[in-house]
Amino acid sequence: MHQLSVSDFFVHKFGFAVDHEVFNMQNIIEVNQISYNYPERSLLFDNLSLNVREGEWLALIGQNGSGKSTLARLIDGLLVLKSGAITVDGLSVNDENINEIRNRIGIVFQNPEDQFVGATVEDDVAFGLENRQVPREQMHEIVEKSLKSVGMWQFRERIPANLSGGQKQRVAIAGIIALHPKIIILDEATSMLDPQGRKDILQLVRDLKEDNHLTVISITHDIDEAAGADRVVILNQGQIIDENTPDGIFAKPQRLKQIGLDAPYPAKVIEALSRRGITSDKQYMNDEELIAWIKQLVSRM
Amino acid sequence: MSNFIFGRYLPGHSWIHRMSPQSKLLLSFYFVIVIFFANNGYSYGLLSALIVFVILMSGVSIAYFLKGIRPLIWLIVFTVLLQVLFSSGGHVLWHFGPFSITDQSLINGGFIFIRFLLIIMISTVLTLTTTPLAIADGVQTVLKPLKKVKFPVDTLALMLSIALRFVPTLMDEMETILNAQRARGVDFGSGSLKHRVKAAVPLLVPLFTGAINHAENLSTAMEARGFSDSEHRTKYRLYKWQFRDTISWIVFLLVGGLVLVFRKY
Repeated sequence: MHQLSVSDFFVHKFGFAVDHEVFNMQNIIEVNQISYNYPERSLLFDNLSLNVREGEWLALIGQNGSGKSTLARLIDGLLVLKSGAITVDGLSVNDENINEIRNRIGIVFQNPEDQFVGATVEDDVAFGLENRQVPREQMHEIVEKSLKSVGMWQFRERIPANLSGGQKQRVAIAGIIALHPKIIILDEATSMLDPQGRKDILQLVRDLKEDNHLTVISITHDIDEAAGADRVVILNQGQIIDENTPDGIFAKPQRLKQIGLDAPYPAKVIEALSRRGITSDKQYMNDEELIAWIKQLVSRM
Repeated sequence: MSNFIFGRYLPGHSWIHRMSPQSKLLLSFYFVIVIFFANNGYSYGLLSALIVFVILMSGVSIAYFLKGIRPLIWLIVFTVLLQVLFSSGGHVLWHFGPFSITDQSLINGGFIFIRFLLIIMISTVLTLTTTPLAIADGVQTVLKPLKKVKFPVDTLALMLSIALRFVPTLMDEMETILNAQRARGVDFGSGSLKHRVKAAVPLLVPLFTGAINHAENLSTAMEARGFSDSEHRTKYRLYKWQFRDTISWIVFLLVGGLVLVFRKY
């Protein structure tokens, strides 16, 4: 099955083809039959393969302990594979290429407090640039630009203790876009934020993605975040049990529940309505489609 | 903690605020050494005048300096008393058993008092006008010569700046743990000494494991952002030696020279 192309895979498994425009782009990350286990624990990944295409927003969902964060760390070379290979932008992940690979990938981690290295906002954004030995004058320009793009420039002299969680995540994102990565990995970056902060951060990343043609991998428990992705991959106990567009994934809310995940709000509405005898021909709709459909129903009554 | 002034920074834009941290650090050091050369009224008078001038230049209100002295007042009083009661020589004014007060010992006691005051003042000026970050950078610059003997100066500076950055974080965490344990019925700060030490364990152990978690997450985040070692990096901040540093040094060196001259009298 690994030899099939992804679109073939969908035809083969689900009997329908997925949007070709998204799926025919070049792979930027290729994860090839990898195995990995933490020391003194059984295999977490056994022959896992996954491709990420350039410019797509990929959501990686799954329960706690399903291996989502581990996969992100393996891609960035923070953990070392047991077997298999990972290629990022044509470079295989190994000790030799590690700096090149980390230039291409920026990760925003879950806990905003722990990834704040600098003593002030400015210093934190400059940290990655200092590591890459960027000259000082250039550094000041880039820091200013990055902080302005996340709307944190007026907070540049603040210390982390005087920032909110959302603001710290903005600084973390600024620190990453200062390095011009091709890939941004959000490792549950919004999980500790309130709904508004979460929305703001996601909108920010979405805008950045459009402006800079980035590839985004978002690891998340937030099902609504996943619903906005181009493609959703479900990981369960170290195995990919499904990958599809959000429409395809959320069309089966029952199965999501079986593996301990929730369905997005529109899917729940559709399900609740179908239990009351109001069925639609479409399995999943986003907010706008749902509203349009309900309006249509009401007008027909 | 709020009346603990030492190590607190007050933002400002005075002459002293804008001096480079490395020269402030070295000047404070130099000044403390000069204090120990002073031995008579003229030299102490000169140094006191200089300190008053420095305080005025820093634009920080005198009240802050007085606050800085308060926690140390008992130490000062104790030392001065010892000096007054036990030193010998000079005309005896009063004596009782081993204690005696002479005109000489009174003068000595006064000098010790001024000496304490001067040292506290200069270090308070340093910490009030310099951000912790700038102090860390200043230490790095000052220690740079030690690189020749393979001393890991950059690593030390990085450690210092991360430590300073995590002080408020760990303080907050301590507060949280304190409250969480209180909510579970732990009684901090009362009972016998033994009881109090025992009560500290449910505070310290979570704080310790929390610190290790922070360290692990931080090192992962640092590595992911391309950190490999502390030496091959450029610096975002630059604290250049400025014209005002040169002027300050000239003033301090002149005063130091005068103190050496006054010693002879």
